[in-house]
Amino acid sequence: MSISREDLERIAELARLEIPAERAESLGRELSAVLTFAEALRRLDLAGLEPSVFAPAGAPMREDEPDGRQLDPARATAAAPESEDGYFIVPPIVDVLEP
Amino acid sequence: MSAAGLWRLSAAQLAERVRSGEATAAAASESGWEEAARVWERDVHAVVHEGREARATAAAAAPRSGPMAGVPVLVKDNLCTLDYPTTCGSRILAHYRPPYDATVIARLRAAGGVVAGKGNMDEFAMGSSTEYSAYGPTRNPFDLERVPGGSSGGPAAAVAYGLCPLALGSDTGGSVRQPAAFCGVYGLKPTYGRLSRYGLVAFGSSLDQVGLFARHAGDLAMLYAVLAGHDPWDATTRPGPPPDVSSWDAGVEGLRFGWPANLWREGVEPEIVEALEGAAEDLERAGARRVAFDFLPGEYAVATYYLVATAEASSNLARFDGVRYGYRDPAAADVRSLYVRTRSAGFGPEVQRRILLGTYALSAGFYDAYYLTAQRARTRIRHEYAQAFGKCDFLLMPATPTLPFKLGEKTSDPLAMYLSDVFTIGANLAGIPGLSVPRPLSRAGLPRAAQLLGPEDSEGVLLRAGRALEVRGDRSRMSRAHHQEFAWPTRR
Repeated sequence: MSISREDLERIAELARLEIPAERAESLGRELSAVLTFAEALRRLDLAGLEPSVFAPAGAPMREDEPDGRQLDPARATAAAPESEDGYFIVPPIVDVLEP
Repeated sequence: MSAAGLWRLSAAQLAERVRSGEATAAAASESGWEEAARVWERDVHAVVHEGREARATAAAAAPRSGPMAGVPVLVKDNLCTLDYPTTCGSRILAHYRPPYDATVIARLRAAGGVVAGKGNMDEFAMGSSTEYSAYGPTRNPFDLERVPGGSSGGPAAAVAYGLCPLALGSDTGGSVRQPAAFCGVYGLKPTYGRLSRYGLVAFGSSLDQVGLFARHAGDLAMLYAVLAGHDPWDATTRPGPPPDVSSWDAGVEGLRFGWPANLWREGVEPEIVEALEGAAEDLERAGARRVAFDFLPGEYAVATYYLVATAEASSNLARFDGVRYGYRDPAAADVRSLYVRTRSAGFGPEVQRRILLGTYALSAGFYDAYYLTAQRARTRIRHEYAQAFGKCDFLLMPATPTLPFKLGEKTSDPLAMYLSDVFTIGANLAGIPGLSVPRPLSRAGLPRAAQLLGPEDSEGVLLRAGRALEVRGDRSRMSRAHHQEFAWPTRR
């Protein structure tokens, strides 16, 4: 399996990553090598096997109840690159705000 | 006893000194820094964040009656700590300080343990050599030209050179067992769901487990007993009491160990095979019985893993977007460029490679061929282990196919790096525990190891076998970790 230039651009777009032009060829080659290797799985007899979504059955359901813990806005935003009064600051999301 | 020499003691001995008042918690937690680290740390570079003041504050707060009283523990930099940054070896989390302690850290502190600092790692735990750290690589204390393994290379190397008797790492595909093998120390990956991951930065959520490093099997049992158990803040932990490991010194009389020799017929260095045969003979002499059978080759597990783990990683790492924590690209003009520029500049090459691979495996048109196939292969692998454990109590196999390799040897070939995890990955896919056990050094003086894998909740059995190998080995040629009074005789 080899990843085309278009595939690479498409998944980079999905992953919100920018691939420098000079890296595109080698990156495509590296990813293709892993995918080719992964094709070994086609030799494995998987007839009748369900997918394992999670390893063991170790996640019992529980009630979604608050447990009393609180993280106040000042602490929650303390590690943000930009914040103000307990809010995260981001660049403008919409161009025009209608009144 | 004065503070001098405390760093040579086992964790159990050290805690006993602190409980009895022979040593203070402050002296106990500082001894490795004053003696071992002064000699080794500059060359090895196992630690990325540390501070004498933070240790003193933590030591002062540590309950002196606890099982871990005053014991310093180096913590991998992907476990959240209130008193140090938590950066996952990544630029994108530079200077990040979490507002809470991981549950395993809180339990460690409650038992009297002291967080000694944060250990170096491959960025976001993606790597097998600790070369993919934004802080630069860690080196193997047995040979500075060689890697310590990874991704928990810092914690493994620190325990090996004597900074602290115990360390915490994380093991998603072998990231504790492989560096333990390369550094000549014990490394335990517990059963999935037995140690809380609340506060462990997520990589592959169906695979990640917090793992433990120690120089002695008994210390490992002590730390496991302190940390294991249900956590209401991690819904993937199992309810009910964790496995009892208190009989770690009970011997292996009557136990059966599986011997899947087809796995190392080719592609494994002869000196590793020799160490494995030595381990089998030692177990037999201690009263265990060998059961030979063939097992599914590890390449299938590697193929499965690099689809499942990267898919989960691509999803987990979507949260790093420059908004709530860590690095933000200063030139971003809108939200879209904020994401793209921050992530492209903040993530290193291996992390970007894996995010792209996982995105591909999950993307429309390829999902069935890759991700779904991998999940079905995972079911097959789980069945293979279940069948094996119908015939034996635990499996004996290599931890790694090679001795520690040289820096730079595998960084240009990602697939070659991935294949260094060929023996460790299966345990994560199956959710079972695994233990890396030091064996006598190679002829060139490099660490060698054996790996023990058992069914779910078999930590007690694995520690018994690990302890039996500690006692039975030819001590004169064992790694330095096996001397009761641990020490480096000479500096290479």
